[in-house]
Amino acid sequence: MLSRHAPSPKAVSALSTRILPTTAGGAARLPSSVSPAQQRRGLATVQDAPPPKRTYGGLRDQDRIFQNLYGHHGADLKSAKKYGDWYKTKEILLKGHDWIISEIKASGLRGRGGAGFPSGMKWSFMNFKDWDKDNKPRYLVVNADEGEPGTCKDREIMRKDPHKLIEGCLVAGRAMNCTAAYIYIRGEFYHEAAVVQRAIQEAYQDGLIGKNACGSGYDFDVYIHRGMGAYVCGEETSLIESLEGKPGKPRLKPPFPAAVGLFGCPSTVANVETIAVAPTICRRGGSWFASFGRERNHGTKLFCISGHVNNPCTVEEEMSIPLRELIEKHCGGVRGGWDNLKAIIPGGSSTPILPKSICDDQIMDFDALKDSQSGLGTAAVIVMDKSADVVRAISRLSHFYRHESCGQCTPCREGSKWTQQMMSRFEKGQGKAREIDMLQELTKQVEGHTICALGEAFAWPIQGLIRHFRPELEARMQSYAEATGGTPLAGGWDHDALRQGKLVAPGQ
Amino acid sequence: MASKIAPFVFRSAFRSSRVASRSQWRTFTASTRASSDVLHVHRDTPDNNPNIPFKFTEQNEKLINEILKRYPPQYKKAAVMPLLDLGQRQHGFTSLSVMNEVARILEMPPMRVYEVATFYTMYNRTPVGKFHLQLCTTTPCQLGGCGSDAIVKAISENLGIKVGETTPDGLFTFSEAECLGACVNAPMIQINDDYYEDLTPESIVTLLDALRASAKDVEAGKEAKIPAPGPMSGRKTCENSNGLTSLTEEPWGPEVFRKDL
Repeated sequence: MLSRHAPSPKAVSALSTRILPTTAGGAARLPSSVSPAQQRRGLATVQDAPPPKRTYGGLRDQDRIFQNLYGHHGADLKSAKKYGDWYKTKEILLKGHDWIISEIKASGLRGRGGAGFPSGMKWSFMNFKDWDKDNKPRYLVVNADEGEPGTCKDREIMRKDPHKLIEGCLVAGRAMNCTAAYIYIRGEFYHEAAVVQRAIQEAYQDGLIGKNACGSGYDFDVYIHRGMGAYVCGEETSLIESLEGKPGKPRLKPPFPAAVGLFGCPSTVANVETIAVAPTICRRGGSWFASFGRERNHGTKLFCISGHVNNPCTVEEEMSIPLRELIEKHCGGVRGGWDNLKAIIPGGSSTPILPKSICDDQIMDFDALKDSQSGLGTAAVIVMDKSADVVRAISRLSHFYRHESCGQCTPCREGSKWTQQMMSRFEKGQGKAREIDMLQELTKQVEGHTICALGEAFAWPIQGLIRHFRPELEARMQSYAEATGGTPLAGGWDHDALRQGKLVAPGQ
Repeated sequence: MASKIAPFVFRSAFRSSRVASRSQWRTFTASTRASSDVLHVHRDTPDNNPNIPFKFTEQNEKLINEILKRYPPQYKKAAVMPLLDLGQRQHGFTSLSVMNEVARILEMPPMRVYEVATFYTMYNRTPVGKFHLQLCTTTPCQLGGCGSDAIVKAISENLGIKVGETTPDGLFTFSEAECLGACVNAPMIQINDDYYEDLTPESIVTLLDALRASAKDVEAGKEAKIPAPGPMSGRKTCENSNGLTSLTEEPWGPEVFRKDL
């Protein structure tokens, strides 16, 4: 991906020779010891040795944080302790919030819930000026309301590594000086909630949380709250609303939750994966975590690969791993080989779709995917081979967003319905080519005009589809027009609807 | 004057004859109801009206006291979601009496409870069958494995009902659900609280048969054998079904941690 945007060295040198023609005079001014290759440098460019080309991916097992991803050992406290959880947690807590936050900042951890906001910075917002003069309780809210289609990483953490999550709550809670943590688990994850609840009870009995947690003199409680099946509650303010016992409709920001959040107290909402990696980062060092992945996209990440691959799986890999390597190494490749690939949704349903031509040399991190006009999101890769109906896939996502829109903001409530209706027509090709532009414009009108990001979430997949698969949409419309004997009118009416008298109101 | 009226008469006469030639008979239609959602208004029915009494059992009363401890005492109403869930588990569905009882316990206006009960999709405000089949049909499940379309077809053929219906014996309710968060194990179905993953048209039929048999066993007073939840294909959880590609080495323990802790 990078190579497509950065000009290749050859092109740069060609440019500099054009600006500075290597005349005899120009060359004579250079010291005689320089090599011919360096003579072609232009103006005052500093020519360092080219950085060693680094490849990403191929994470070693000893660097994987979630060792129990495939159920190697039980989810109980004893085996969790054996494999490094709760090791010297007291010492970490005693180092204080500045130390923990500086470790997280050094690690370059970015939020794993989709937006990719730097976690260290987010946590530091809780320790604003004079925070300790306020005697209000302070809350950490863990967002385990995993509902983004394609994403199934938090579920694996909760049911196999619950102690990583609970210890993470304690460590992150200490960094933000919280008094309690609420884990908001989506309602469908009944057994996962039971596993986490059992782990919490074990931790209480062992004195790891509760009064004087781990013997550090710090009091911290962890509670579970189960959601009841609303995708929109994955948004931080609507999650807070839902926890307060109201319908999960997002709040306007500001005030941000760090100032006025859950129960009117300062609170921070963070994803399960972000919280669960925090203790390991503190114990192995921020620099260890920062040694993976490209600049500003450090760390390891759980990737969930679903759809048309031979062996779909969830796997922990290094950030910036090439997409093709991820699929071929861990999932047995695309069905029918890489050449049978049609498109990939790289980061959960709300990120725009990418065609094969871009997927060929795509690397998986926040910045590279943003450069390809998509996003890493939750790193849920949905693969579609040539047999897949891309329009139907996106149309189904539109249906999903229509169902999950909370109905608070008009652009989202109405727009998600309109787009779903249009997409279900386009599935059959029932429409005019002009309507594709109308759909595009409609999604642009929704973007940025809603309280939460659900507006963007349903607009982006459609924009991605139009951007990369417009010929397919048009071909479908053409074949529908041929089959019915004429281009349909706007709104999906048959071309002869007027003659049949269908466009007249009764009595007109 | 005639010169002014005549064109109008000619024009309108022509138009009316054209209009008359069209068939004007059209049926009255209402907009179709979205099949994935239920009506948001309450209508009194014999099994769901405010006169039916509802009380939490003694065991559930204890649970309610436990739940209330989790929230700040001045924010009692935060417990509305767990309490409604508890009521649904006891009563079978979230009836109006359940909502009213929850409102009484939490000292909040009943309307605030109704708001919550209608917003979240997991509160069934109409009775459902003994086994509530919720099949995920969102894109990853639609694509993955054999595809959820095949599963929808298999279930409809086996039970003889369409999406959104209940079998006449009240055993199965079949509904379509949005993404249930097990996309790597697609296609999957949630039956009551259990996830059954990696389905095929054959395995879903054996699953339905097993559930039917278990319901008969319960009637006969025997112990019911409900198939274990999880992937139906033989793989353990979310790993590569063709052998592990990672986490094959000896797991690490505290020895890798920094020494200055």
